[in-house]
Amino acid sequence: MTRPLVLRGGRIIDPSQNLDVAGDVVVIDGKIVHAGPRGGVPDGAEIVDCTDAIVSPGFIDVHCHLREPGREDVETIATGARAAAAGGFTAVCAMPNTDPVTDNQAAVGFVVRQGQKANSARVYPIGAISVRQEGHALAEVGEMVGAGAVAISDDGRPVASAQLMRTALEYARTFTIPVVDHCEEPTLAVGGAMNEGIVSARLGLRGVPTEAEEIMVIRDILLGRRTGGHIHIAHVSAKGSVELIRWGKDRGIAVTAEVCPHHLSLTENAVEGYDTNAKMNPPLRTAEDVAVLGEAVRDGTIDVIATDHAPHHYDEKEREFADAPNGIVGFETALAVVVTSLVGPRIVDFATLVERMSVAPARIFHLPGGSLARGRPADITVFDPAREWVVDPAQFLSKGRNTPYAGRKLRGRAICTVVGGRIVYHIAAQEH
Amino acid sequence: MPSASQPSTTTLLDTRAMDRTLRRMADEIVELHDGTEDLVLVGIQRRGVQLASRIARLIAEREGEAPRLGALDITLYRDDLQTIGPRPVVGPTDIPGDIDGARVVIVDDVLYTGRTVRAALDELADFGRPARIGLAVLIDRGGRELPIHADVVGKRVELRRDQRVDVLVAELDGADSVVVVPKTAPPSDAGRAAGGGRSKKSPARRSAAGEASA
Amino acid sequence: MTSPLGKDLLALEPLTPEQIGLILDTAEPFKEISERAIKKVPTLRGSTIVNLFFEPSTRTRVSFEFAEKRLSADTVNVAASGSSVSKGETLVDTARNLEAMRIDMVVMRHGASGAAQFLAQRIESNVINAGDGTHEHPTQGLLDLLTLRDHFGDLRGLRVCIVGDVLHSRVARSNIWGLQKMGADVAVCGPRSLLPNAIAEFGITVFDRVEAAMEWAQALNVLRLQLERMTAGYIPSLREYNRVFGVTRERLERADHDILILHPGPMNRGVEIDSDVADGPHSVILNQVTNGVAIRMAVLYLLAGGRPELAETAKSTPGGER
Repeated sequence: MTRPLVLRGGRIIDPSQNLDVAGDVVVIDGKIVHAGPRGGVPDGAEIVDCTDAIVSPGFIDVHCHLREPGREDVETIATGARAAAAGGFTAVCAMPNTDPVTDNQAAVGFVVRQGQKANSARVYPIGAISVRQEGHALAEVGEMVGAGAVAISDDGRPVASAQLMRTALEYARTFTIPVVDHCEEPTLAVGGAMNEGIVSARLGLRGVPTEAEEIMVIRDILLGRRTGGHIHIAHVSAKGSVELIRWGKDRGIAVTAEVCPHHLSLTENAVEGYDTNAKMNPPLRTAEDVAVLGEAVRDGTIDVIATDHAPHHYDEKEREFADAPNGIVGFETALAVVVTSLVGPRIVDFATLVERMSVAPARIFHLPGGSLARGRPADITVFDPAREWVVDPAQFLSKGRNTPYAGRKLRGRAICTVVGGRIVYHIAAQEH
Repeated sequence: MPSASQPSTTTLLDTRAMDRTLRRMADEIVELHDGTEDLVLVGIQRRGVQLASRIARLIAEREGEAPRLGALDITLYRDDLQTIGPRPVVGPTDIPGDIDGARVVIVDDVLYTGRTVRAALDELADFGRPARIGLAVLIDRGGRELPIHADVVGKRVELRRDQRVDVLVAELDGADSVVVVPKTAPPSDAGRAAGGGRSKKSPARRSAAGEASA
Repeated sequence: MTSPLGKDLLALEPLTPEQIGLILDTAEPFKEISERAIKKVPTLRGSTIVNLFFEPSTRTRVSFEFAEKRLSADTVNVAASGSSVSKGETLVDTARNLEAMRIDMVVMRHGASGAAQFLAQRIESNVINAGDGTHEHPTQGLLDLLTLRDHFGDLRGLRVCIVGDVLHSRVARSNIWGLQKMGADVAVCGPRSLLPNAIAEFGITVFDRVEAAMEWAQALNVLRLQLERMTAGYIPSLREYNRVFGVTRERLERADHDILILHPGPMNRGVEIDSDVADGPHSVILNQVTNGVAIRMAVLYLLAGGRPELAETAKSTPGGER
């Protein structure tokens, strides 16, 4: 039995209850017992001073790569979970493109157990859509859900076959889980290393047109309309996709979408100089895309902000641009990038940030958390919205160091992360 | 002799003195070679080229026959590229025909360390095997770092390291003269009408080139 | 004194018109050296240059090698086949190993765009890009500029059209930037499937018909059509390409003025260019080859002096003045 916990004197923002008030959050036995003005202090409670901080339902990252099993040199479920907690995340959803692929109940069970052992941010597995993510035979989705999978996705290996996607949406509907698709039309994207446009033409790099994403976004939405299944569009990067998602939502189709912090803050210009830390898939697009994506986060067309945390070994990024792997780490910079890029310029307010990073992910993926209502699990993020810091990858708890934000001054930082009533991260423990 | 602190310029040769000196040099070259047969004057870029052409004209006036004329840019034969950096634009090298068996006289404005002449000898050797190579300089300022000696000298003068000789020629600088200035002084030809050549470099650049041929 | 070009020559896009002009001017006297009986000057005596070719190339490597040898540098050729990935050793390891042997310069040809910049950022030696992926081939661009300047005297206002596979051509990019910086009017002509989608944003004219390009242009730079473009489906057939975009004598004769013909080689005779054009009176293709050596000598020469730390030492040493 853990000690009771009082998060005292913060600004409590909980969009699930339309709450934005100064006060205390009180936790007993791993559950919220009070969130509001003037809470009482239970006997023997641990008190965390939250003055000048925001106290919100814990952030949930619905899209990350923890690399275990297969690439434990790059990240493990344990290091990933601790890095997530350091970024203010109380739960993360791990993509199945591991080695071997998480495409059966045993593999799902492995991730669940490793997550429990990590004893930090919660780790939820996402199962593969197809066996070995090969895009042919549907994986045993029912058994994976039984073992703890919260969604299915062939992320990293986009689903080329429309028939497979249709079947996946129908089958997943049976189990009330979303199908997460990395929208990329493979023949248009083949060999692409960055956004197709003037920068790719100048640098002599093969481009991926936005249409590669948009074509699959509308395909998935139309299949969602046909099947009634829940399609969740991963990491939207193009403004055209936003229009298509809005079109689908306007018609009541079960489509949800996520966007990554880097697509909300960086453009294709970051590739200039062949910086492999600006190489990701989908690629960084233009300033216009960034603006439209920010607006879509504000108006809710995009439901969720997710990191697509993708650690790579130093050597793998230290090479020719076209040969370097896609992706960047995201857990420990996500909050600050969103605060700096969206809240700072008043595109969204903090309530919207919490909605997109906590409430909506819990709702869409049917996860516990996402609320500070009485009786809910005490998954809580405390963050300092004004704290400025300079990104130093050497300080990351993740094994990955690949970030385009190194050396950047950002604002906003998690100071305390609570999972099930237990403090799994406190910034004071990191600082000396 | 001006002191280093004295900013003023000392004139070594004015226009008329320079003309007299060049006439005497022309005579000495003809005398030394017993005429103009097989004689080739090769000026070192840049002001050696103008001096060589003057001397050739003076020889022609007296002998009725002009020696062949050539130009040599020794930049690519220097031994200090790594330390002082490349001269931005290398001047043309133009050796007239075959020089095997010819009697070549290298003409330069100022003889100082001798390194330029060493480079010129190396370069000439790549064009052929002259019977004899001589050296004529307008000013010999001493300070040799190599065993090199001029056959024909316009004027000898002993200068300190902190001094510099600037030779100005009408073709490039508007008027003829030879002046001694402090080493750090701006080039004496600055502001004057620059002559031909494709070089459009700053005066400081040209000064560096001028020193290189000192 | 730092080299007037900086440490490396990676691309023409970042260079100023003054820097490009300097290279072209410097190349002039180097042309003469190749005409001498003894085609060699001692300028780079003692310098070691590695020609690191990750892609097979005969003419560019030979041209660089002539340039290096005529400047008396010691050269080593390293032919590394394939992109580094499958070979185990990474590009950066290859480079560091070479540098540990105390080399002065690396001339690199590599299949990946940006490879030359990648290398230059990681080693102290001067790096010359001899072609990186589909990015740039700066010495080819420079030798094309020199050839055009030889013929027309001035590049300002000159109308040059690049014909062919601009999308995959590093020669095209270096030409576009070089020509634009020197004040020429640049156009491209080719099937739209072989032009970058964003070509309009380059600020150049696009001709869909090679006949129209010929009406406009004073010079055509005809790009090599890589035969694999057909198998990759960018064009239906080489035969059709020649029929629609081939630079033929019949087409050239229909233009009302003479057009200078350049080609970076190697040529596919009968595909992008017909033999009687390549060998015709307006072809300067062999002048390009000759100028290639002079341009590369000029670049080697200009980069060689860029050792500021040595210049500092020289300044403080008595007798440093020449």
